[in-house]
Amino acid sequence: MTELLEPRAMGRDLVRRDGVRKVRGTATYAFETPVESPAFCHPLQATVARGRITAVDTTAAEALDGVLAVVTHENAERLASTDDAELAVLQSPEVAFRGQPIGVVVAETSELARQAADLVRVTYDEQPHDSVLSADRGDLYAPEKVNPGYDTDTVQGDVDAELAASAVRVEQTYATAMVHNNPLEPHASTALWDAADGGKLTLWDSTQGVHPDRKAVCSLFGLDLERVQVVCPYVGGGFGSKGTPHANVVLVAMAARALPGRAVKLALTRQQMFTMAGYRTPTIQRMQLGADRDGRIRALALDVVEQTSRIKEFAEQTGVPARMMYTAAARRTTHRLAALDVPVPSWFRAPGECPGMFGPEVAMDELAHALGMDPVELRIRNEPDRDPETGQPWSSRHLVECLREGAERFGWAGRDPRPGVRREDGWLVGTGMASSVYPTMRQAQSTATVRFEDGRYVVEIGAADLGTGAWTVLPQIAADALDADVDDVEVRIGDTRYPIASVAGGSSGTNTWGSAIVEAARQFRGKFGRRPEDGDEAQGSVDQAATDDEHATYAFGAQFVEARVHADTGEVRVPRLLGVFACGRIVNPRTARSQFIGGMTMGLSMALHENSAWDARIGQVANHDLAEYHVTVNADVGDVQAHWIDEHDPYVNAMGIKGIGEIGIVGTAAAVVNAVFHATGVRVRHLPVTLDKILPGLP
Amino acid sequence: MKPFAYARPSDVAEAVREVAAEPNAVFLGGGTNLVDHLKLGVARPDLVVDVRTLTSREITDTGDGGLLVGAAVSNSELAADRRVRERWPVLTQALLAGANGQLRNLATVGGNPLQRTRCVYFQDVTTACNKRAPGSGCSAIGGYTRYHAILGASEQCIATHPSDMAVALTALDAVVHTEGPRGARTIPFGELHRLPGDDPSRDTVLEHGELVTAVELPPLEMARRSTYRKVRDRASYAFALVSVAAAVDLADDGTVRDARVALGGVAHTPWRATRAEEVLRGRRLTDDTARAAAEAELADAVPQPGIDGGNAFKVPLVARTLTAALRILTGREG
Ligand SMILES: Cc1cc2nc3c(=O)[nH]c(=O)nc-3n(C[C@H](O)[C@H](O)[C@H](O)COP(=O)(O)OP(=O)(O)OC[C@H]3O[C@@H](n4cnc5c(N)ncnc54)[C@H](O)[C@@H]3O)c2cc1C
Ligand code: SF4
Repeated sequence: MTELLEPRAMGRDLVRRDGVRKVRGTATYAFETPVESPAFCHPLQATVARGRITAVDTTAAEALDGVLAVVTHENAERLASTDDAELAVLQSPEVAFRGQPIGVVVAETSELARQAADLVRVTYDEQPHDSVLSADRGDLYAPEKVNPGYDTDTVQGDVDAELAASAVRVEQTYATAMVHNNPLEPHASTALWDAADGGKLTLWDSTQGVHPDRKAVCSLFGLDLERVQVVCPYVGGGFGSKGTPHANVVLVAMAARALPGRAVKLALTRQQMFTMAGYRTPTIQRMQLGADRDGRIRALALDVVEQTSRIKEFAEQTGVPARMMYTAAARRTTHRLAALDVPVPSWFRAPGECPGMFGPEVAMDELAHALGMDPVELRIRNEPDRDPETGQPWSSRHLVECLREGAERFGWAGRDPRPGVRREDGWLVGTGMASSVYPTMRQAQSTATVRFEDGRYVVEIGAADLGTGAWTVLPQIAADALDADVDDVEVRIGDTRYPIASVAGGSSGTNTWGSAIVEAARQFRGKFGRRPEDGDEAQGSVDQAATDDEHATYAFGAQFVEARVHADTGEVRVPRLLGVFACGRIVNPRTARSQFIGGMTMGLSMALHENSAWDARIGQVANHDLAEYHVTVNADVGDVQAHWIDEHDPYVNAMGIKGIGEIGIVGTAAAVVNAVFHATGVRVRHLPVTLDKILPGLP
Repeated sequence: MKPFAYARPSDVAEAVREVAAEPNAVFLGGGTNLVDHLKLGVARPDLVVDVRTLTSREITDTGDGGLLVGAAVSNSELAADRRVRERWPVLTQALLAGANGQLRNLATVGGNPLQRTRCVYFQDVTTACNKRAPGSGCSAIGGYTRYHAILGASEQCIATHPSDMAVALTALDAVVHTEGPRGARTIPFGELHRLPGDDPSRDTVLEHGELVTAVELPPLEMARRSTYRKVRDRASYAFALVSVAAAVDLADDGTVRDARVALGGVAHTPWRATRAEEVLRGRRLTDDTARAAAEAELADAVPQPGIDGGNAFKVPLVARTLTAALRILTGREG
């Protein structure tokens, strides 16, 4: 248990410190970094899904006036580390997936680079490829662990026996689609290799963590940390896709090193975002739920099948939330992977929890329907008083409060459970709900410096603001930790000049960096008291992942949805989304609300729209641009409300906070599917919920 | 992407001459489609002739109750015109159902009907496509066919025409005015686009160098009772899965005296549903009539198998959308 900080600045809805700069357009993003006469890169990409490059003819490209370099596997520098096959680009003629980078053209203008890229002739020895995910493949395998280190399979009790003894059973297969992160700002960088003095790389990169980014680059190129500086004050969205560097970073660094003294720029095109920037694997979720007549779950099993790339394993932890969400007399979760000739999957907002709360939360709705029980009540009946997986007590768990308050605010009471019976102006109307969860995590390493400068406290930490609000909330934490006025605190982030900080991922940033800041403030006050002198400076760090290993630490939430389905055409509209969350203390209601409603909107997008249409014949996403790959637009978003309950958790950290960046997307899609069922009587088990899946069930 | 020359001639005649003289030249309207294609390498012209300031930006009365719409009029201006909103509401609705505000401000009346298919393979130069690279094959067949044709397709190409405005203009019997190397002519809108047959590279009957100068809306009294019903994968900013432009002339007893129906999202052309119109004429407008009309029109429909189940859903969807559209026109509850 930690002594919680007294909240004075924390809890206030202060405006974003970076807001004015962004609105005025003076906030510089990586690609816009002002540098002298930059050159521009355009990646070359494989046009076969598997094979070997037999020849590359760059003559025509190189002959163009203004082309500075064409780097391919034939002339690229050898990387110091090729352990990460996604990043070990241009090291061999092997092609592992269509769209894999096989070179980079550098030219005086971006247009010229693109033109030259068109002129490079590549011939391949094409080999048969295989990219079809299915649950009945013979070559599915169990990975050693699932991300980031969870057990692949778990078993408690005798699932088959409990299932057989259950009065009511739901046994269904659910599927989530392949989806691609498409932050408004694509993956982009500016890089400068200064050859003097043994060489130094400055990399302005759109990243969720300057320090992890630097570490990866240093190990790839065999450079000492001091030789690389990564700068990233602003990020136009990441959602996990900028959590680890992708091949574009390697290409831009290679291009910079090929042209010492010349800054080079590389921004992925929207189409390239569909091959190089990661994606969420499609998942196939076989669910078995068995319960007594009174709703108590006896058996809960989730068997997940998903994909990874042949060259690099990425095992989405989809089965993990089913291990702790509800009580069950017996439980099984498994993960099986197919290693395919596909681009490498990666982090996507709420990896694991987001897809993993789809199948189970729809199955809960199906169970409630089969039992004739209210779905809110069914969840309350299966509320565990300890973590069912570990037996640990919860640091705090207020799911039931979220469910009750959500039901109250949404107007759930008195809901007629019958599906397909409400019609207004030609639209079938229904409501649905689902639970949300996200683990509270702290990363292993972060350090902050506090310095007294011109009468103000300057806090430095190499953290990242992805649009989340770090620029604004870290000063609030620092102010309370220092017992100072928030206006007297300046926080500097987004540069490896500042002390090491963890990635903005796993909703752990504010928790981890805030903990380091609190520790630095303690050190500072301990050393210098309340009347510091100009230049006084102290550091504080966190150096282990969690301080409390006796409690299960999670944030919870409940989401409620109203859906309307056109009785003729099957078009789906969601006029209302309402979430109530229990995420510890909320540092800033303004930025927090944006996180929640942003997550919920992304969940709506997953529910209704996002679908990377995989063309297995050629091995690529067919609809690879934002005109054809649909994300939810304004007209799809109605009244979205995020509320939270006042939660006091003394076990998580000194701020009493849990993560808020990801939980909003968890459960939304299930709630939408459940509402569509209530509206129409049609149960769509395969995302997204498009009208073609509803039409056959409409009268 | 490849370099090209850019010309800004001073009048229509010169523009036509310049394009006609250069086999690899194109006209540039608002550029909302062409510029994308330049970047993607789908269009690789040597000469781009900007016609935005050459054709008329006026919408003028023709004297017989019709309108003449200059080719440089923006989609937004046309949609907002009071005469259009009152006398041809289907056209305003179709325009406003397309793209988004920014694009409609740029897009021209000349360019809109000539925008090219959104077939994802057409737009990706690394895949085979008979329309973009004749003889290379059609990647769409057996692939991502959600937005593809169920009517009038060929073994060479199954693409659809993406324009919403064009569907309305087809139903309204609009007339296209052109100026080409062989002089001026008019083309009934329903004859502007062509089916793919064995030459999918040609979307329309326009000759190389033939410039659209205006679109004429003939008087059509029944168009006052007209509507555009577009069904898409999200609430806005998406191309039609299926759309219906419909106008009806109803007798006092509810019998259909005359009807105009055109379909979008189903064929290589905006599809004039003459068989459906025939069924509607002389009958009372009920859901059953609407369904019968759709069935008649879709008798020869050939759905395409493909990724995520292909596009067979369009067959019932056309019938359902036509039903919904005709309900709107008779003010019946949904
Ligand atoms: C993301 C996105 C979404 C969209 N959604 C929709 C939608 O839902 N519905 C819809 O209908 N449209 C939609 N559009 C397409 C948009 O309506 C068209 O791009 C636009 O109407 C084309 O008009 P333009 O003047 O910009 O044509 P341009 O791009 O300038 O030209 C298009 C073609 O017409 C030729 N051309 C132009 N003017 C003339 C002329 N006067 N005579 C002869 N040839 C000419 C050009 O050479 C070119 O081949 C969308 C576009 C985008 C980018
Ligand atoms: S449908 Fe037509 S446009 Fe699409 S790939 Fe086939 S030939 Fe090309």
